[in-house]
Amino acid sequence: MTTDLRDLYQQVILDHQRSPRNFHGLPDADRVSTGYNPLCGDRVTVYVRFEGQRLAEASFQGTGCAICMASASMMTEQIQGRPVDEVEDLFHRFQDLVTAGDLLSADLGRLGKLAVFAGVRQFPMRVKCATLPWHTLRAAVCDQRAEVSTE
Amino acid sequence: MSTTTLQSATKRAAEALDVAGLRRQFPILGRAARDRPLVYLDNAATSQKPQAVIDALLRFYTEDCSNIHRGAHLLGQRASEAYDAARVRVQRFLGAGSDSEIIFVRGTTEAINLVAQAFGTRHLEPGQEIIISTLEHHANIVPWQMLCQRRGTRLRIVPVDETGQLVMDAYERLLGPRTGLVAVTHASNALGTVTPLREIIALAHRQGVPVLVDGAQAVPHRRVDVSQLDCDFYAFSGHKVFGPTGIGVLYAKRRWLEAMPPYQGGGGMISSVRFQGTTYADPPHKFEAGTPHIAGAIALGAAIDFLDQYSGRAIEEYEQQLLEYATQSLASVPGLRIIGTAPDKVPILSFVLQGIHPHDVGTILDRYGIATRTGHHCAQPLMERFGVPATTRASLAMYNTHHEIDALIDALHKVNEVFR
Repeated sequence: MTTDLRDLYQQVILDHQRSPRNFHGLPDADRVSTGYNPLCGDRVTVYVRFEGQRLAEASFQGTGCAICMASASMMTEQIQGRPVDEVEDLFHRFQDLVTAGDLLSADLGRLGKLAVFAGVRQFPMRVKCATLPWHTLRAAVCDQRAEVSTE
Repeated sequence: MSTTTLQSATKRAAEALDVAGLRRQFPILGRAARDRPLVYLDNAATSQKPQAVIDALLRFYTEDCSNIHRGAHLLGQRASEAYDAARVRVQRFLGAGSDSEIIFVRGTTEAINLVAQAFGTRHLEPGQEIIISTLEHHANIVPWQMLCQRRGTRLRIVPVDETGQLVMDAYERLLGPRTGLVAVTHASNALGTVTPLREIIALAHRQGVPVLVDGAQAVPHRRVDVSQLDCDFYAFSGHKVFGPTGIGVLYAKRRWLEAMPPYQGGGGMISSVRFQGTTYADPPHKFEAGTPHIAGAIALGAAIDFLDQYSGRAIEEYEQQLLEYATQSLASVPGLRIIGTAPDKVPILSFVLQGIHPHDVGTILDRYGIATRTGHHCAQPLMERFGVPATTRASLAMYNTHHEIDALIDALHKVNEVFR
């Protein structure tokens, strides 16, 4: 396998793809949002429940490629229990991580486990797969009820 | 047949067609992709261009560039003659009775939109039905949906069976006194299925219903004769048949072109303009408002000349061998399922790998220099019919080889390695 493919399909990512965490609906969700990528058919629904200014619980459902599913799975893990403004901060760092922007601004340390998605930046055509769950989450948090689309 | 037998049969057909010589005429096929020889298997999206087509474009802009049918000068005369000659070239290629039945458009999409607008507005009444099929590309669905919203017509859909072929009994039942038009593909872009056009057209004509054919995926693989088919409209795109992007063709029977109102208004499509009223030019000019893609039309003529150097039968025989070889080779990949197994197909192979999303398959193939398309192929209702959100599609052209199929198979094994 080529090095960049190994960077993209890291074991952690493949593991989350095979057994996604928080992969279910949330009956008592405060907000629900669905994101769709018409180019490849990835579809993700994100459920969130708040406790005050804190994101108490997050889960997702959907179908998509390994990158999209693993991104959604790891995202829900990382944001559980965090204050809403921290989630917003994480959204921007994740964007910086996977796009051609400055890797320093992403601050790998603060991204924690999410840093495994750095390999995506070598695959410009896959960036939207990784960011779709995050855009969908942001729409849910900001209560944009319309469907999110990458196009 | 064993793989070895198939391989030697494919080799023989390749020699008959002179595939090695043919490949040398496509400069891009000699290039590398991701440090490996390019294996281009995305021909249903667009074909590569032979040097003759590239030269025709270059020649027009370096030697003959002018607008057509207006300039009182040498270049205007040369450009007009070349443009008109390209129309005659297309007419002969399609077997049309007259060059006035050939309309240059941007591509198949615009051709279908033209008919939906011009024919739909004049000849379809509220409550009438338009029959399309589950196989259609969005370009042969959405224009009709838009027409239905405007005119109050209804869409009826011919279903497909497990192999991806049209269910003809269902088609016959759909045809009736309310049917105003049948719009159907010649070959499916997503599965490769070749539809039984003669039967479809004969059945429709028996009820006095005209038929539009989306020929975008058939023209690169099969010699088409619109007079023999007796279709009312036939559309195809230049770029899928080794020509440039941005140029395509609508063939329409003369009587429809005379009866239909213009599609767009502007220069070139009029006979005289006064503020009190305008009279339109005769077909084909009536349907070509504005400066057309002159260079594109001329280069499409060059693409047809190129294609005509080869026997249609040799192309078809070779492609069918290659399709069979690819079908059998793909069957050896663990977890792979081909979607679309109709007996009559153009060389298109759509498939899914158990537990692996097509987008991931496409990315890994690309890293090995192999160009495929992944996704819904602008045929979402068809994907839904087969219960898959997307597929990976390898679409072959006459210049592909069995070595390239082998490269695809090797890379698919790598895909399985990543995910096992």
